[in-house]
Amino acid sequence: MSKVWTFGESMNTDEIIPGRYNITIDPLELAKNVFCEVKPDYAKTAKPGDIIVGGQNFGCGSSREHAPIAIKGSQAKCVIAASFARIFFRNAINIGLPILECPEAATDITEGDDVEVNLSTGEIFNCTNGHRYQANPLPEFILKIADAGGIVNFLKTHEIQELLA
Amino acid sequence: MGTLIEEIFSRKVGRPVQVGEILLLDVDYIMSHDNTTPLAIKAFRDIGKPIHDKHRIVIHFDHAYPAPNILAAENHKKIIEFVKEQGLPHLLHQGVCHQVMIEEGYITPGAIVIGADSHSNTYGAMGAFGTGLGSTEIGVAWVTGKCWFKVPETIRVELRGQTQPGVYAKDVMIHIAGLLGMDGGTYSSVEFGGEYIYNLPMHERIIFPNMSTEIGAKCGLIAADDVTINYLENETPAKGPFERIVPVNPRYERVLEVDVSVLAPQVACHPDVDNVKPLTEVEGLEVHEVYIGTCTNARYEDLEIVANMLKGKKVNPLVRVIVTPASDRIYRKALTNGLIDILMDAGCTVTGSGCGACIGRHGGILAPGERALTTMNRNFIGRMGSPLSEIYLASPATAAATALTGRITDPREYLMLNAER
Repeated sequence: MSKVWTFGESMNTDEIIPGRYNITIDPLELAKNVFCEVKPDYAKTAKPGDIIVGGQNFGCGSSREHAPIAIKGSQAKCVIAASFARIFFRNAINIGLPILECPEAATDITEGDDVEVNLSTGEIFNCTNGHRYQANPLPEFILKIADAGGIVNFLKTHEIQELLA
Repeated sequence: MGTLIEEIFSRKVGRPVQVGEILLLDVDYIMSHDNTTPLAIKAFRDIGKPIHDKHRIVIHFDHAYPAPNILAAENHKKIIEFVKEQGLPHLLHQGVCHQVMIEEGYITPGAIVIGADSHSNTYGAMGAFGTGLGSTEIGVAWVTGKCWFKVPETIRVELRGQTQPGVYAKDVMIHIAGLLGMDGGTYSSVEFGGEYIYNLPMHERIIFPNMSTEIGAKCGLIAADDVTINYLENETPAKGPFERIVPVNPRYERVLEVDVSVLAPQVACHPDVDNVKPLTEVEGLEVHEVYIGTCTNARYEDLEIVANMLKGKKVNPLVRVIVTPASDRIYRKALTNGLIDILMDAGCTVTGSGCGACIGRHGGILAPGERALTTMNRNFIGRMGSPLSEIYLASPATAAATALTGRITDPREYLMLNAER
């Protein structure tokens, strides 16, 4: 079971990790300041395996990969959102941060709920209220990147053309 | 056959493409800057394969340049060592990356250009496909020369009429952001056209693709025409011939029609770019800083508007008025033509070109409780410094009028006074 932290609509990358902290690429250093302006308690008290839940357009704004890296560095299990902004979506998949698009879960889950997630099936179970949700499936070529743990790992053993093969 | 993005992609792959199809495209240029390159280098090293074509890689120093602290200096050092090691031919520090990419002729109609910066959409002003990506994909493209894209749906923004005096492309684009909302263009290509667009000079056109990022768009495009070709031939070293790619029997997901002739100056208010109001609704609001800069609105013509309004006047001495030309070339032209003298005489602080203040890194950071009016493209909480500060977005003319009074001010009062003189 994982504790949920909720972050509302259009959570932008400036609020996930402000520009002044992007001077490092160290995930653990970035994690110290993740969400520092919107929810300072998160960086201080979140436990490994906790879950982040956002609304529509999660990760909008800057292309900074520091945002998903900071979240991954905080050892969150995954991000569930109603929808993701396009660059954040690509970045998260590329660096191996699990993301689940599930509008139903994003609206129903509230802060502090205990939630179980099956990352391989996209099934989400809210232990607090007993509700079950199913995340939207990822396209096959995206799964190839996700299953490899990110695009870098994929390319170590494959050619880029194999993504669409 | 298709929308502008479908036509661009079809040419690239040599066959008609369908919306929703995933393509692996050859990339013409791969852009990154001092903020995003270190992570791209890490991805490159982790992949462990050689660079595909070093001539396609363009790296800029602009986000924290000249270095405001030791960590930024270390980033620059690391990038320079990498450039030396790999023998990369394109390391630039002549200003804000997107402006320099256009000025230096890297952007041509139909080109596929990816950038580790969300405002890489800017290149759509030249009829190129430009889009922002994260650093890891930049490292991937260094190695492969390729990037995958889903062929997006297209939203057509059809702009009719001519703006009234005192109303600029920035006001029109802010208005569109208000209409479509921050996620109104997510995953879409936003195609800007109509008589208003075709009559605009290049420096005003650039605003639309640049700010298409703020509505979540994959790209913002304007079809290349005589204005584009003349600009490329006369203002850049780009080599033609340049292809005029246009939509052919396009099917749009949505068409938004706007009559720009009824618009007054607009302001995007704290804390969201789609929190848009006519200026008159926020007129008189006190500001502590006016920042005229960025890839959106710090071109020569923008500085000219500001200089014409400030000539012979003094800005409010309690307001920090910071002018940051978008590139060294713009700075030099403004210097040669006397604009910098006018701005400095009026009490503005003119800085070297770069992105520092816009990302809250250096050169204009806001304190808690302060409010800035700026010509930037985004106003996220804490973007320019303290999370307790506020950012309002507007045109250079509105910024100049506001600099004089220290309160959000309608530029039309000053423009009319100037005209009467």
